[in-house]
Amino acid sequence: MTLRSDLQQIAHWIAPRSAVLDLGCGDGALLAHLRDAKGCHGYGLEIADDNVLAATRLRVNVIQADLESGLRMFADDRFDTVVLSQTLQAVHRTEDILREMARVARQGVVSFPNFGHWRHALSLLAGRMPVTPEIPYQWYDTPNIHLCTLKDFEILAAKCGLRVTDRVVFAGGERVQWLPGLRATLALYRFQTR
Amino acid sequence: MVQPGSVGVVKPQTKHFAQTLRLTSGASIGDYTLMYETYGELNAERSNAVLICHALNASHHVAGAHAEGGNPGWWDNMIGPGKPVDTNRFFVVGVNNLGSCFGSTGPMSPDPATGKPYGARFPVVTVEDWVDAQARLADALGIVQWAAVMGGSLGGMQALSWTLRYPARLRHCVAIACTPKLSAQNIAFNEVARTAIRSDPDFYGGDYYVHGAVPKRGLAVARMIGHITYLSGDDMAEKFGRLLRTQDYAFGYGVEFEVESYLRYQGDKFAEYFDANTYLLITRALDYFDPAKEFGGDLTAALERARARFLIVSFTTDWRFPPARSREIVEALVAHDRDVTYAEIDAPHGHDAFLLEDKRYHRLVAAYFDVIQGEQRTSHAAPAARGAS
Repeated sequence: MTLRSDLQQIAHWIAPRSAVLDLGCGDGALLAHLRDAKGCHGYGLEIADDNVLAATRLRVNVIQADLESGLRMFADDRFDTVVLSQTLQAVHRTEDILREMARVARQGVVSFPNFGHWRHALSLLAGRMPVTPEIPYQWYDTPNIHLCTLKDFEILAAKCGLRVTDRVVFAGGERVQWLPGLRATLALYRFQTR
Repeated sequence: MVQPGSVGVVKPQTKHFAQTLRLTSGASIGDYTLMYETYGELNAERSNAVLICHALNASHHVAGAHAEGGNPGWWDNMIGPGKPVDTNRFFVVGVNNLGSCFGSTGPMSPDPATGKPYGARFPVVTVEDWVDAQARLADALGIVQWAAVMGGSLGGMQALSWTLRYPARLRHCVAIACTPKLSAQNIAFNEVARTAIRSDPDFYGGDYYVHGAVPKRGLAVARMIGHITYLSGDDMAEKFGRLLRTQDYAFGYGVEFEVESYLRYQGDKFAEYFDANTYLLITRALDYFDPAKEFGGDLTAALERARARFLIVSFTTDWRFPPARSREIVEALVAHDRDVTYAEIDAPHGHDAFLLEDKRYHRLVAAYFDVIQGEQRTSHAAPAARGAS
């Protein structure tokens, strides 16, 4: 099974044999890969039944809980890396989650769909909320309540005391080098929490 | 007729133990018999054995049917060929616990000292005592290490206790609708049930056998109380609502509401087959279960010894042992870096949900046992402790 390119990038940032917490771990593909390829040990938090089932099949330690209550069960500095992959935009208390991430791990990784993509701007100019492969929902029927741009995230990260060390952006599964703020469909950030 | 997916006709077996079993209370039982059933085949490596632990009113009859008829096993929807715990792959053992009333030595059995039924003199046993007795059965069956020990409710407590008393003797612990200890409210319900039994004039202080009496009224009330705690409020509202059996209010105290009729039926049925002393004994074992007790109430410290991988499942509408209680176990395991899968099943049936068929629940258990099966193919290594991070 090949790992999605953004998850491969996240895995690249995670040290072998380290402890990992994956918030909104989905089907557990990242944790399974980290276990098999890098000898990592960790846990995934996941709320959706079908994902919990899929992660169980991959023999991943999945805990069915929402992020807010789930994070509380972990002690300070419990993990080497905490991952929030394509979930930030659906979180209610965004700032609290980032601070909680900083509490439980020394290193964090966050990825999210870039709302600043030029196609979104174009859609807004045409008078409509954007609907794209990355954010494929109608405005009235979306789990994505906190969409942001790269710059927006960087400002909030700084406010929460997170020190961004790396940023990689993707467009359609390919890495983007120039004009990332406009061309990125997906942004990945790696940061230190101390 | 044998249903597809059933293990078919099964025959209970007995194992006699002549070696004294020391009990938590300090008392001991010198000589006892355990009833058990097995399904599937033990493989050559003896690595595919699964122990099923029963809850309050159940028994060794976990799956299949008895030749003489009667109800199918109490977890027949979970265990059988092609079922979540697949007897084509696993050798499954169901055992009736010490002190129960389905054939294993209990209060109804003759006390070797007097030749009369133990009655009130049967020693109080604990979850830990049951686990010790089950370990001896495992020895007798040649099972050094269970692939999994599994149970719901009180059965889950036994599975949890296995990981603490015999950490190297199981690879997986499957604890469903469980709690690390009873709450004051749980104990209170138990005490009301016991009071109902003890205050039945036919109880004779527990020695009703020699009087040829059965405290059926007390037992029925105990069961009615228990039954209320097994169902969710919504489930009861859905099943019965305020439906009347009569045309209209009869302005008396007979059975008028459907829910009254249901509870009385359940109570009376139970009183026909269950033993009152066993009810006292098992509810007491529930009350006493608290592995954190010897660690000053620190469950995390208590679970340090556990080495198994865990599947913990709770049900959202279970108000007897609600999800928060299962999460306490998960939290304690996570603190020690233990492997744990935790699922919270959104099911409407309250505590009883662990016995009922539910796709999400059964798929999850099936997926977990697939993983156990996969591990068997790759290695038979004993579980190793992970270093604390």
